[in-house]
Amino acid sequence: MQQTTHQMMNQEQTSSINVGNEERLVSLLAGAALMLAGLKRIVPGGFLQTVGAILGGYYLFNRGLTGHCEIYHALDMNTAVETNKNAVSVPHQQGVHVRKSITINASPEEVYRFWRNFENLPRFMNHLESVRVMDERRSHWVAKAPAGMTVEWDAEIINEVPNEVIGWRSLQDAQISNAGSVRFRPAPRGNGTEVRVELEYVPPAGPLGAAIARLFGEEPSQQIGEDLRRLKQLLETGEIATTEGQPSGRGGSR
Amino acid sequence: MRALCWYGNNDVRAVTVSDPSILNPHDAIIRVRLSSVCGSDLHLYDGFVPSMMPGDIIGHEFMGEVVDTGRDVQNLQRGDRVVVCSIIACGKCLYCQRGLFSLCENSNPNAWAEGSLFGYHTAGIFGYSHLFGGYAGSHAEYIRVPFADVNAFKIPEGVADDAALFASDAFPTGFFAADNCNIQLGDIVAVWGCGAVGLMALCSAYLLGAERVIAIDRFPERLQMAREHVGAEILNYMEVDVIEALKDITAGRGPDACIDAVGMEAHAGGLPGMYDKVKQTLRLELDRPHVLRHAIQACRPGGTLSIVGVYAGLLDKIPMGAAMNKALTFKMGQQPGHRYIPRLLDYIAAGQVDPSFVITHRMSLDHGQEGYQLFKTKAEDCVRVVFTP
Repeated sequence: MQQTTHQMMNQEQTSSINVGNEERLVSLLAGAALMLAGLKRIVPGGFLQTVGAILGGYYLFNRGLTGHCEIYHALDMNTAVETNKNAVSVPHQQGVHVRKSITINASPEEVYRFWRNFENLPRFMNHLESVRVMDERRSHWVAKAPAGMTVEWDAEIINEVPNEVIGWRSLQDAQISNAGSVRFRPAPRGNGTEVRVELEYVPPAGPLGAAIARLFGEEPSQQIGEDLRRLKQLLETGEIATTEGQPSGRGGSR
Repeated sequence: MRALCWYGNNDVRAVTVSDPSILNPHDAIIRVRLSSVCGSDLHLYDGFVPSMMPGDIIGHEFMGEVVDTGRDVQNLQRGDRVVVCSIIACGKCLYCQRGLFSLCENSNPNAWAEGSLFGYHTAGIFGYSHLFGGYAGSHAEYIRVPFADVNAFKIPEGVADDAALFASDAFPTGFFAADNCNIQLGDIVAVWGCGAVGLMALCSAYLLGAERVIAIDRFPERLQMAREHVGAEILNYMEVDVIEALKDITAGRGPDACIDAVGMEAHAGGLPGMYDKVKQTLRLELDRPHVLRHAIQACRPGGTLSIVGVYAGLLDKIPMGAAMNKALTFKMGQQPGHRYIPRLLDYIAAGQVDPSFVITHRMSLDHGQEGYQLFKTKAEDCVRVVFTP
């Protein structure tokens, strides 16, 4: 099972671009001008100034060309990403990101069909108490929290390709903002289905936030991993392996 | 019911516990008629297998009678006489479908724990620590068997309980060891360890076409069993230099395959023995791999090393240079017994093998501590103690 869990602090996994588009254009033009000036010896001063102009110009030009700035990178800065926080459930660079996958010996159609009926999810996701489907797109989720508390939210499907992907996000007023996706892909040689889950959530501040942090324990990816293992057991064998309730010599039944 | 529980190093006790019940739809409850000690239990008894909890019911080699079945059990009925594989398989995952039952992906409820230790997890095992699922074991009057259609095998008429018992673990483990040697007609196979598994490996090597089999141990009574019941040539490593003796027997070629049926608590005399004993006691090394070192050295170039003796952790001073340069093939694992058990019951029914000769003692569960002490010290020429719950 593959796992990655990290705080989305300075991760832009799909690209190293950290300079915004307008800024890139300015860099490109200014860099080109500086290099040209250096090469034509327009820059006042001696040899060092000329070399400095060429190198600096090259740096700016390259920064514009690639969209990657080493200085921004070193300072954890990023002007490339839209930061309109109202548009998404989990704003960029915030919250907890979990990625986990498993291979299940069943067809993508079977796994998708089981997952798509969200009311099945609490059967293998231990922290979920219930999911109620409201309509084709929206559903109401109730998760268990410590000390008998629950956390609730409404979610909507924002992306769906049957047998391939389901993407969802929480709606406004969610007690915990979250978004996620699950992808289904045939494993090599048709040996079952690769199931890949990505999940992002922002625990609210205050005592409820602390409770939610405990909900997932210290290792949210392990929790999700266990959920996926239970899904696999359920789909492959029809039951979830357990020893709960078996006898032991620890004073009656456990 | 009465059950034999582990409470700490060298401490097992028969206590009264609740009866097991059906927990999942593919479960069956078996009334245990016979349950055997196994050499691998000694690793639990001696405290070398992590994740044991006081009160765990131990035991994994057993046969008995079906008394209850879950609603999805199809092939078993109340009253069926069955032998149950000690390794638990689901029968449905890709590994099970490929016959690699001991690597079952679905039978270990504590998969994450084993996975974090070994990189990936394997199958659950009855009564063999929480790393392997934490399943209650068979030294009890009753036991719950998950995926019963897959793990319980009906015993043919005419096969005695005593013989069928070892189709649970010792015989399939020995057979797996021999099967892994890829034996060709005329091959010579050397087996380290003449406990029940080693003895069954010797039998199995013959069944699979070996021309000569050589038994290596230090206990005269066990070597005598190998000679009398299996027809093996014997070497007592306390009396001869095993590697030289094997060279002599094979006219300088070396055995084609070497089987390690001993594992992590191998005995060795002298300084090397002391070295590993000290390191293991200090937990600088979990396992004492004397047999493995010897077998690598003894094996002919291009030969096969087959390991069924149990290892749990890290090894020191393995002659990898010899293994690599001699182009040895390493094969190993916990037994995928489900692949072999019907065939082994046929051998027994046909009178080709009767594994019950390894039974030297019979006891009730209440004498469990005494039984394990006998088995551990090998006093009274003990080879196998069988409990009759």
